[in-house]
Amino acid sequence: MAESSRRGALLALENLGRRSVAAVEEAGYVLALFAESVFWIFAGPVYKQPVRVPAVFTQMVETGIAAAPIVFILSFAVGVMLAIQGIHTLKTFGAESQVVVGIALSETREFGALITGILVAGRSGSALAARIGTMQVNQEIDALRVMGINPVRYLVSPALLAMLVMVPTLTFFADLAGLLGGAIYCALELGLSYSAYWDRTIEVLEVDDVTQGLIKSTVFATIIALIGVTNGFAVTGGAEGVGRATTRAVVLSISYIVVADMLFTYFLNR
Amino acid sequence: MATTAPRTPVIEIENLVTHYGRRQILHGVDLTIYEGEIMIIMGGSGSGKSTLLRFLLGLGRPTSGSIRMLGKDITQASPMEMHELRKNMGVAFQGGALLSSMTVGENVQLPLREHHGHLDEKTMQIMARLKLEVVNLGGFEDLMPSQLSGGMIKRAAVARAIITDPKMMFFDEPSAGLDPVVSAELDELILRLRDAMRMTIVVVTHELQSAFKIADRITVLDKGRILMTGTVQEVKASDNDRIQSLLNRRVSTEEIHAEEYLERLTMEARTP
Repeated sequence: MAESSRRGALLALENLGRRSVAAVEEAGYVLALFAESVFWIFAGPVYKQPVRVPAVFTQMVETGIAAAPIVFILSFAVGVMLAIQGIHTLKTFGAESQVVVGIALSETREFGALITGILVAGRSGSALAARIGTMQVNQEIDALRVMGINPVRYLVSPALLAMLVMVPTLTFFADLAGLLGGAIYCALELGLSYSAYWDRTIEVLEVDDVTQGLIKSTVFATIIALIGVTNGFAVTGGAEGVGRATTRAVVLSISYIVVADMLFTYFLNR
Repeated sequence: MATTAPRTPVIEIENLVTHYGRRQILHGVDLTIYEGEIMIIMGGSGSGKSTLLRFLLGLGRPTSGSIRMLGKDITQASPMEMHELRKNMGVAFQGGALLSSMTVGENVQLPLREHHGHLDEKTMQIMARLKLEVVNLGGFEDLMPSQLSGGMIKRAAVARAIITDPKMMFFDEPSAGLDPVVSAELDELILRLRDAMRMTIVVVTHELQSAFKIADRITVLDKGRILMTGTVQEVKASDNDRIQSLLNRRVSTEEIHAEEYLERLTMEARTP
């Protein structure tokens, strides 16, 4: 009895050790991948293997332009939601009109970036993992390598660049959509005119508020691209493996986004 | 034919040892492949033939040993040297491995576009069409890979592999999943590549019929070791038991070690 429980504890400990090593290994891999893709972006032309600009634009359309409508709808809804909750809370103090300040600050500093990050993670992070995973299964990655085409330069760098441009752009767009949502609800509920809402928003907002959201969105962009790609490259075991990698990519990147959001918000507000 | 010609070694493998995790796959492989010959690497599943191909393609670092291609040791080569060498290597993967997001023509042009960016669009298109004609796929360049049959995909992959006129060509299981007629056509294509383009060709396969038809020499691999290297006649005449069971589709008669067998069953064995 004691023997078997001792064995169980040892096994659990061994398992923990293995998992820790695997986690450290993966973190190292992600960092190396990041370094390599940045390397190709800058040093590619020197080695006569530049990152292809058309590939970057294709990715930008896929991750950015195509996501714009849904980003608009979600952020608009978040803006309305913020207005409802804000008015409800502020009613206690009889300060409903102050809701504009709340919407402006929370949308630009927090929700624009967060909603966009989560959405792009679900849309493009998963697509990236699935695409690279399928290529891995079909030996397309090996084919690229034997053709002398570095897969990181060919697949990862364009995706990273596209994310780094489009996620902040979408975030800014989301900020505007959220503010619009808030404005429309305030107009209906409080009878606040659009120009008054806009003036008040511009008055309270500082460049730093918007910048904070945009800085966070570049972090999210990096997370989404790297987690998606890492899981794609790690695919083994056919179609099922691709499915697993896609799910893992989405869950992990959303988790990392939320945690990173907390950390950055803490440090950016000190 | 390869025996009479003056023989220049193109690929020299010396004492190649590789591991997958902690399991040893290749146990010291020595093999020399000469210019303009078709070398078939044959063996059953798990013989290490696919692993050997992976390392020949520079897709992994071996534990020890060397692989010299065109005089350059690829296990020691710098990324830039490897990059140059790869322009002389063409590979046709088992499933073709065409990029599914591009048309056949774009796939074939891809190596040109990446390595010879100075060529103008028209030239690249003409070169791609030329190679597609070589593999009898003229007029198919605007189709997507998903619209092609298995045999056509493999031929398109060959067209992509030969677009840069490489000196070495590697085939991974060219007949796998193809019907006998298509498979025979592919064999003809491989022979044509050797005769018309003077390529050195390495084919990994377990299809005996096609192997005997196209081989200049055959290497038989078993459990990570080379059993023999020789001409078709020599291999057929071999009295090695493992080779004969491979040739005659006999079930291999392995001795079972009672102790190991028990260990496997009870899972008490040391980790491999």
